[in-house]
Amino acid sequence: MIKLGVPSKGRLMEKTFDWFGARGVRLRKAGSERDYAGAVDGIDGVELVLLSAGEIPFDLATGRIHLGVTGSDLVREKVPLWDRRLKVLAELGFGGADLVIAVPQHWVDCDSLDDLDAVAAAFRRKHGFRLRIATKYHRLVRDFLQSRGVADYQLVDSQGATEGTVKNETAEAIADITSTGETLRANGLKVLPDGLIHASQATLFKASAALWTDADKSAFRALEDRLGI
Amino acid sequence: MIPTTAKAAARAEAARLSAHFIAAGAVPIDAAILQPADILLDLYGEDIRARAYVTGDPLRGEMMLRPDFTVPVVQMHMESGADPARYTYAGEVFRRQETDDTRPNEFLQVGFEVFDGASAAADAEVFATIAAALGDLPVKAATGDIGILVAAVAGLRTTPLRKAALVRHIWRPRRFRALLDRFGGKLPAPPHRTALLSAADPFAAAGPEIGLRSRAEVAERIENLRIDAAAPPISAEEIDLIDAILGLRETLPHVLSELRDISVDMPAIIPSVRRLGERTDALAARGVDVEALDFEGNFGRTSLEYYDGFVFGFSSLRHANLPPVATGGRYDALTRVLGQGRVVPAVGGVIRPELVVRLREAK
Repeated sequence: MIKLGVPSKGRLMEKTFDWFGARGVRLRKAGSERDYAGAVDGIDGVELVLLSAGEIPFDLATGRIHLGVTGSDLVREKVPLWDRRLKVLAELGFGGADLVIAVPQHWVDCDSLDDLDAVAAAFRRKHGFRLRIATKYHRLVRDFLQSRGVADYQLVDSQGATEGTVKNETAEAIADITSTGETLRANGLKVLPDGLIHASQATLFKASAALWTDADKSAFRALEDRLGI
Repeated sequence: MIPTTAKAAARAEAARLSAHFIAAGAVPIDAAILQPADILLDLYGEDIRARAYVTGDPLRGEMMLRPDFTVPVVQMHMESGADPARYTYAGEVFRRQETDDTRPNEFLQVGFEVFDGASAAADAEVFATIAAALGDLPVKAATGDIGILVAAVAGLRTTPLRKAALVRHIWRPRRFRALLDRFGGKLPAPPHRTALLSAADPFAAAGPEIGLRSRAEVAERIENLRIDAAAPPISAEEIDLIDAILGLRETLPHVLSELRDISVDMPAIIPSVRRLGERTDALAARGVDVEALDFEGNFGRTSLEYYDGFVFGFSSLRHANLPPVATGGRYDALTRVLGQGRVVPAVGGVIRPELVVRLREAK
């Protein structure tokens, strides 16, 4: 059986069900609304596993599931060398969000990464510690800033309400997911125009680490045909 | 799993190297595997977090599995107050590998560190002692000198702010180049900068003042941007001289004569070039074949940013993709940061015993 991992609740689950449904593969919850068991109609050899969206990248990387739908941001953050271990089968066209760097609006002198780098240098001289950027996307943000040659910053972990960290003075800037920028603006922040780290969307991945039996391979070919991927 | 025989061979090699350094006058020292993370993070920044294992201790806070011995050795030396001093150490260092799973995440290092003034003789002593320890291994040495680049930047006829920005990014070659293009007028000022400086009130649409960085700090930077916008570009001639230094890639005697030519137009580098000459003499006096020794103007710029003078590395002649088997250099600036202003001139290097064993077997 091919195990297909799909987020277990919310819009991401519904939209994924819609995407597969439009292609003749019906995904549904097996029992009640609260039941996490899933069922697949319209194709054989595929089993639906409902999981937390945040766990799907790890389950793909270790091969506990064969296929999985999750945000491309989560895969890039949580799976080192992801492009060698996973294959993108389809970008699903929903769940779009940008991982961006945002700074206070009153930093009128800061509208690019060049500015951020210079601000970080001056900040460190004045305050005696590195400029703090709050995020939960440590790897993505660090790789991005390193490749752009930004120095004198440090990442501080923030697993939620990241937009509030600047006001609370636990960080000077943030790197977070945004779709409209509304929450950022409401918290006195602005996006750096060249600070787009990753444009994320819901993506269907295939795991090379999973065990693919001959039966799985032929079921997968049938699924590919049906989905048109 | 590391096969026991390979580990045993590496340990035996480490012991041989330690004995070599002890015979050269070094005192053996040790350092804890778990180091406080805050000092390393403050020194190296986020880059070190990508390269070192960070772990937590309930009472001591964030700790790191030592990524190298340099920081604990300098701390130990500064506390001891002994001067001059020579140390050697041997043990595992740990490096996270996020992008290349063929690279080891744990390997041995045997080091030799000399705290004996800022003399060319100390530079030569470290290089020659490490070269002798490697013996007839099929390796090639390359050298460089970050100090010449620092002096060249300091001597530019431009504002102190620009010089500080350039020196800060010597270890990030791409950003250094971008800054040089900007300050040289090759790249125009970005439109958002021009708009900011021409605004009647830059804070008109500023929004609320939030966070630790105050409006006064923003205003101060705008003033600095005004100074920068009013300053003439760094001349093309001076940028050509910097490029000439960065492009040097020849044997030491040729480089010396080229640098002497460059210093006619750039007198600021005269003391560092003189120093390079002294180092060349000191190396020759220790039996190093300086006529065949390579010097690269760019050498050492992509390593962790603590070498600020003489730098060197020994690499395999046959396996170009192997990391260098030995590296080292002068790191006076690091002691200044750790000593909170007190500088203890220091030069040293490390050898990787696993690579020595590998190269010897391949011979």
